[in-house]
Amino acid sequence: MRIAVFVTCWGDALFPATGRAVVRLLEHLGHEVVFEPAQTCCGHMHWTAGYHPEAIALARRLTEVFAGHDVIVTPSASCAATVRTAYPRMDPALAGLPVYELSELLVDVLGVTDVGARYPHRVTYQPTCHSLRALGLGDRPLRLLRAVRDLELADLPEAGECCGFGGAFAVKNADTSVAMVADKIARIHETGADVVCATDDSCLTHLGGALSRLRSGVRAVHLAEILASGLGAAGPAPVPGGVARRADAP
Amino acid sequence: MRFSDAARPELGDPAARRGRRRAAAEARGRRADAVGGFPGWEALREAGAAIRERTLRELGTHLETLEAAVEEEGGHVHWARDAAEARRIIDSLLPDDVPAALVRSDVTDEIGLDGAEPGPHSKAAVVGAGFLVAETGTLVVAERGDGLSFPGTLVAVAGIEDVVPGWTDLEVLLQLVSRAGAGVPMRPAISTRTGDFALVLLDNGRTTVLADPDGRAALRCVHCSACSDVCPVFQRTGPRPYGPGRAGPIGAVLTPQVRGVEAPLGASLPFASTLCGACADVCPVKIDIPAMLVHLRGRVVDARRGRPVPPPEMLLMRGLAWSMGDERRYEHTLVRRARWARLLARDGRIRRLPGLFGKWTDARDLPAPPRQSFRAWWRRRR
Repeated sequence: MRIAVFVTCWGDALFPATGRAVVRLLEHLGHEVVFEPAQTCCGHMHWTAGYHPEAIALARRLTEVFAGHDVIVTPSASCAATVRTAYPRMDPALAGLPVYELSELLVDVLGVTDVGARYPHRVTYQPTCHSLRALGLGDRPLRLLRAVRDLELADLPEAGECCGFGGAFAVKNADTSVAMVADKIARIHETGADVVCATDDSCLTHLGGALSRLRSGVRAVHLAEILASGLGAAGPAPVPGGVARRADAP
Repeated sequence: MRFSDAARPELGDPAARRGRRRAAAEARGRRADAVGGFPGWEALREAGAAIRERTLRELGTHLETLEAAVEEEGGHVHWARDAAEARRIIDSLLPDDVPAALVRSDVTDEIGLDGAEPGPHSKAAVVGAGFLVAETGTLVVAERGDGLSFPGTLVAVAGIEDVVPGWTDLEVLLQLVSRAGAGVPMRPAISTRTGDFALVLLDNGRTTVLADPDGRAALRCVHCSACSDVCPVFQRTGPRPYGPGRAGPIGAVLTPQVRGVEAPLGASLPFASTLCGACADVCPVKIDIPAMLVHLRGRVVDARRGRPVPPPEMLLMRGLAWSMGDERRYEHTLVRRARWARLLARDGRIRRLPGLFGKWTDARDLPAPPRQSFRAWWRRRR
């Protein structure tokens, strides 16, 4: 399958490893990945911060950049949710851009839960608010994680509660945001995990930033990076669609 | 006062925070039990949302029906534009020689009434109404074991949106309030009274809320408090930073609409949320509070656009929007800012950022931006 990747502005600048992992993973599964170099930002930040005309201009732009693509994947539940739920509110003409969050693409579109990854860590999964409520990802990320070899999955208590990021909230209401992440980190420590995983680098910036400040030793890692770990070392992964497998990316 | 400033002392009281977390967790547990095993819950929510939406759309008609029915039963209806007028009317309706008891509600809090609970010997009472049934002119109050049957003067006070067209509508709404709020199938005590009371109907900004098609759904609220019980912000800050109106997520969408978005409280409340969506998930009448908060944020920003000197945030956001409007400008900005950010980093992390982002690094690190962006990597690998 030909899959266009929307890496997001945040991922492009701060977390390119996530985008590289998406490319490695999808190519490993036998798909062709394309990157539209004209892509910038989906407008999520401007929309939620109240800069609506600016957000709508960015939404129109992204819709034009990805016009003609049947399957678009993004490693961000927030950006996928913006396209799916906010775009139609901005302008009904912007509805319907076929953007999938990574775990949706894998489980629903490609029909894969075992991607062939190996990740020898104790991992706890934080379902971000947009993945949980706006996209309704349910247990898709957990099914993908459970299939990873040598990965020990630890349940996170009170997992459904927000980590306190909230974009501008983290700065405008910094004290409340920090109180929330402090509680979240206490729950993460209770699991004994050495890695906390999520489907969004924005929430992971917040969690990882607080963990780093506390020198906690727990790392915040995107789902894509876990799923792209140790590929090729494990048994063969399913190759749907009969597309010829390409060599792993250098 | 801004929400963030008012929240600081509340956040500094860890015992109170723990108490609120515990109480909210218990309320959530009760609610989950009350709605989890109830197969018709989603259909009931749909019905409740439709009833409230229809009521608000034809509010004038239902209020006229209510007024006629109350007066037919020998009661009288008074209309109050604001809290001060409501207090004046209530004062004039109560006898001078006896102290009036109070059955409090969100509306009696809103107009600043206080007083003791009514007892068997109360001669006069002010009652915050739960609902008012228009077709029969009936006052409905939940959780009043002793009923509303005492003789003497009874003054009921309600917001204009608390009207319910008929008894079949009331049945749906009472189930929703009971399960979502108290976490029980039906509250053990619902008191009603038809006739022989004076009714004060309060506007106090509600008609302004009704006039905003993107904000009016906030008046669907049936005062169950489920949104506050699930709100991670409310659990940390408690009710005080929300100011004199309603607290919690519903207050964050109502107060800015009633009081305007220019003053510090009204301008900051729409941002007192991570948009996590937990409130919309539990609201028994399906108020989309996060969408409404985003709408109000737009109004806050629009109100600032006309300022002769744009605030720093506006300059930043406009600059970013301009950069992101073109991939060359975007990459230029990305490369320049990443290089600048790397200068501030030590051992791969930034511990101190200047300006607007200093609030981030007060308690959180930021990873140093890598030398190679994703797009730079993509170009090299082709």
